[in-house]
Amino acid sequence: MINAKTIKKDFPLFSRNINKKPIVYLDTTATSLKPAYVIDAINDYYTKFTANVFRGIYTLSEEATCAYEDAREKIARFINAQKEEIVFTKNTDESLSLLSYCYLPYHVKKGDALVTTILEHHANFIPWQQYAIAHGCTFFVWKVGNDGELDLGELNKLITPKTKIFAITAASNVLGTIPDIEKIVKIVKKRNPHCFVVVDAAQAVPHFPIDVVKWGADAVAFSGHKMLGPSGIGVLWAKKAILEEMPPFLFGGDMIREVHEKDTVFNDVPHKFEAGTPYIEGAIGLGAAVEYLSKLGMKNVRKHEVEITTYALQQLRKIPGITIFGPKDAAKRGGVVAFHVKGVHPHDVAQLLNEDNICIRVGYHCAMPLHEHLGIGATCRASFYIYTTIEDIDALITGLQKVIKVFS
Amino acid sequence: MYREVILDHYKHPHHFGTLPKKSAQATLYNTSCGDTITMELYIDKKSKKIVDIGFSGSGCAISMASASMLTDELIGKSTDVAQNLKTEDIIKLLGTTLTPSRVKCAVLPLEVIQKAMNNTV
Repeated sequence: MINAKTIKKDFPLFSRNINKKPIVYLDTTATSLKPAYVIDAINDYYTKFTANVFRGIYTLSEEATCAYEDAREKIARFINAQKEEIVFTKNTDESLSLLSYCYLPYHVKKGDALVTTILEHHANFIPWQQYAIAHGCTFFVWKVGNDGELDLGELNKLITPKTKIFAITAASNVLGTIPDIEKIVKIVKKRNPHCFVVVDAAQAVPHFPIDVVKWGADAVAFSGHKMLGPSGIGVLWAKKAILEEMPPFLFGGDMIREVHEKDTVFNDVPHKFEAGTPYIEGAIGLGAAVEYLSKLGMKNVRKHEVEITTYALQQLRKIPGITIFGPKDAAKRGGVVAFHVKGVHPHDVAQLLNEDNICIRVGYHCAMPLHEHLGIGATCRASFYIYTTIEDIDALITGLQKVIKVFS
Repeated sequence: MYREVILDHYKHPHHFGTLPKKSAQATLYNTSCGDTITMELYIDKKSKKIVDIGFSGSGCAISMASASMLTDELIGKSTDVAQNLKTEDIIKLLGTTLTPSRVKCAVLPLEVIQKAMNNTV
């Protein structure tokens, strides 16, 4: 069971007051706050075993290497993967772009098709769009209805024998839509077994239990900073055979077995894709984040979010002039709510809420195609996590009522 | 940030709407937030005076108030005045403290006017 009030105590940021008032943080979809457990793990690297990984025989280096590889192992178990299939990157964007450099050029040629959805964050949209433009491929975008849901009936028409890439989000960072990845992958693979399926799980891994084997996708990407970890560390998971077949992404130290004057033998996976000194403390921090979340239990994390989101939707619906976007049922959506306040531009909403330290995000949330498709202009977005309390939601509601009053 | 003056300009913007006669026009977007501003000017070629000015679009209170105040400020003045206006002048005009992210909103109308002047119809 998650007690958000107790959990807040694990997060040092909450002891800060701005203008003598506490912080109401409702922007975890942008980045999550960090618990002392993660901060301490990173600090330990700086104070107890600072050394480069893989390079030394001495104790410090062995400890650093152990901590780094240990983190990889923890992350692999967290998503039911093998540790050789976990590649550390900078973030989700880099993970997905890596595929566009190392997989696409060898498998996707002129006349082939790439398919993605209108829900996507730019990270899982632009690489495929740009590749299609540069190489004369077709680019199809699966649209959502006004309720934010994807119609599975349309999927069969979108996937053809020429579809080489299918990219989809496991949870929308705007509407909160949670596509049924397992079901969708089955449909895609049945229609075209040679279609490569990549999942943007940046808003999924932090929020509910993930099993990449069950999903059946070929690659999954996510970011550390959205799941209590530090920024600058991300993960690309891909099936071992795919990683082995792909050429390296960046070249340099550690991604090699041997280097001679005339040629080089690359390292095994995943090290083949980790050139140079990695973000050692970042990986260690992410490993600690995974431990913290595992202790809470991802089913409990999801349960708390559904409860908070149910309350938030219920309270928001009571305010006249508020329009909420996305699925109506909290059980079917992530803990993120995009909304409009009638007659008040999102910027002004956020500015006024900030006077009470209420942190929401406004704009297009790196999902401009979605906003264009829905024809809604920029939106306000509040998002919830393990540390979000009923009082936080009440503060949001009071704040929004104030905003409406100022602009009336 | 939301002094009466700003809210008043936002709710009742001056020079809002299209011009019957125009000699210059431009539109700019602030893609991070969805502000769109179009400026139309009617410039007297000989005197370089901004004889008429109008704006349209949608945006936050800061960008709309800034557009409204700017059009008040520039009507009847020479295009040189408009070309030489800087960010600090806009902030002074609005008469309020702006956080760095809102400075972009405030300056957007000026950028549109300057773009329009380089872009005669």
